Amino acid sequence: MWHGALTPVTSWLKLFMAKSAEIAAANAGRNSASGKQSLSRWLISGPPLLYLIFFFAVPTLIMAFAAFRYPGDYGGLAPLFDESGALDLTLESFTPFFSDFVYTAIFLKSFLFAVITTLVCLLMAYPLALLIARSPQKWRSLLVLLVILPFWSNFLIRIYAWIIILGPQSALTRGVNAVLDVFGFEPVALLYSAFAVIVGLVYVHLPFMVLPLYANLEKHDPALLDAAQDLGANAWQRFWRVTFPLSLPGVYAGAALVFIPALGIFAVSDLLGGTGGIMIGNVIKQQFLDSRDWPFGSVLSIMLTVAALAAAGLAALMARPRRRANG
Amino acid sequence: MAKVAAKLSNKRVKRQSTWQILAAVLVYAFLYLPLVIVVVYSFNDSRLNAEWVGFTLDWYRKLFANDEMLRAAGNSLIIALVSGAVSTVLGTMAGFALHRYKIRALQILVLTPIAIPEILVGVSLLIFFVMLNLTLGMLSVTLAHIAFSMGFVAIVVRSRLSGMDESLTEAARDCGATPWQAFRRVTLPLIMPGVVAGALMAFTLSIDDFVITFFTAGANTSTLPLQIYSMLKIAVTPEVNAVSTLLMALTLLLIVIASKLSPNAFRS
Repeated sequence: MWHGALTPVTSWLKLFMAKSAEIAAANAGRNSASGKQSLSRWLISGPPLLYLIFFFAVPTLIMAFAAFRYPGDYGGLAPLFDESGALDLTLESFTPFFSDFVYTAIFLKSFLFAVITTLVCLLMAYPLALLIARSPQKWRSLLVLLVILPFWSNFLIRIYAWIIILGPQSALTRGVNAVLDVFGFEPVALLYSAFAVIVGLVYVHLPFMVLPLYANLEKHDPALLDAAQDLGANAWQRFWRVTFPLSLPGVYAGAALVFIPALGIFAVSDLLGGTGGIMIGNVIKQQFLDSRDWPFGSVLSIMLTVAALAAAGLAALMARPRRRANG
Repeated sequence: MAKVAAKLSNKRVKRQSTWQILAAVLVYAFLYLPLVIVVVYSFNDSRLNAEWVGFTLDWYRKLFANDEMLRAAGNSLIIALVSGAVSTVLGTMAGFALHRYKIRALQILVLTPIAIPEILVGVSLLIFFVMLNLTLGMLSVTLAHIAFSMGFVAIVVRSRLSGMDESLTEAARDCGATPWQAFRRVTLPLIMPGVVAGALMAFTLSIDDFVITFFTAGANTSTLPLQIYSMLKIAVTPEVNAVSTLLMALTLLLIVIASKLSPNAFRS
């Protein structure tokens, strides 16, 4: 019922997997269109196309280009042309990334956080997706709806909830510290830690993992499990050698949908992480709003884009159906 | 036959071990408990979000006496209405174009803003607006919101179109309708629920957006999410719970209406 919320992202993944043959076919069809059709074609697609070129494609290219410009004296960007009228470009903004280990470390840490988040999401989402997929038909819509509903509440509110739960006065924190005290350990702070960041990241992204998994698991033929059982496979073997391998495309899609946004997020680490919880998104935010070194911010943004695209491409590549999976 | 099917499906349910049901219940609890806590504490007669003291509506009263918050809410509403309206028109056109003409450039441009990390969209629009010498404020935020919500409308409209019987439009054309008449009198009424659902979605996305607004709003304009963010950064009081609860209720209402209007668009 509510799957729609995530279709944009899944269709984007599908876009990656589109076969060139299909594009060629579409092109062939386009060429045969008559002149009149092509007029209405541009009348309809023109305005949204122009809007997105102007307010999405051009700004993205400008940002990429800004990475090669000098920072302005008072923040922002220096003039594109110097006094003599020559183009004033540089590779300077790339050097901190290679010379200063701090940024590499933050990048690696963001990767680590995103990977852990993806794995935790997978572990939590799998049993749930499996349960929904194997529920009676009439329950499935409702169970899926229940997964998506929290996703529609404001992103900041969902983070705020964890500020309350992990806060120093919360029942959870007091409980954990009471237990630690029994064993003679020092009390710990749950909020403003790497732990809090991971919890927040998992909470915000969990539906992205459940839905593609469910979409995949729902299509499995239950006869396969019957066959496996008849051949003597126990419950674990049926899962590990039948269900799980067949669900891999769903796993890869879910992993991409969690990993990519988790890598670039800054609000979670900003609100739940302490000084140790800084992620790449926080550094980008800093460069644009606080220290105002736009070229360096652009360099980091390019790196983030490349990482996100690589992750999406990898997921699309791995999710490609193999002949073996049909057997 | 139905009985056999029911039996089979019962048998399948039994295959789910207890631990699996338990795990699922825990995950649902993980999803809902935090939000329940936010709502419950909005009625709690205590400054600390620590334990239940007693029922009060004070936090809501304080909220409605908070000028800054009301101004931010007003801004959010204006931005959401304008960007929702524009992105509905452009998104419907885009959805129509995607369905009818399969333009690859449009397909990529519609889907990419939704799929890449939001911070990249926010940052590039910040540079762009500053280069254009456009003062950051209501206008820049609205333009940015249109750019990212258009794609959602396009996808909802396209899915509605793909469920539509093409022969209806063809019949209208055969009866002598111009392409515009065929669209206006046949196609548009048929896809209207999808368009309205897309509009509500665009409105919701705009009123909820934090990241892109954060970069494009400048220092002097605030929206509801920006106001919530600054409260979370500075001092957390149950007023945040109250505004969160109201915002959740509004979003929920809009989404329920949208899904009632266009169940197909939400199913795909």
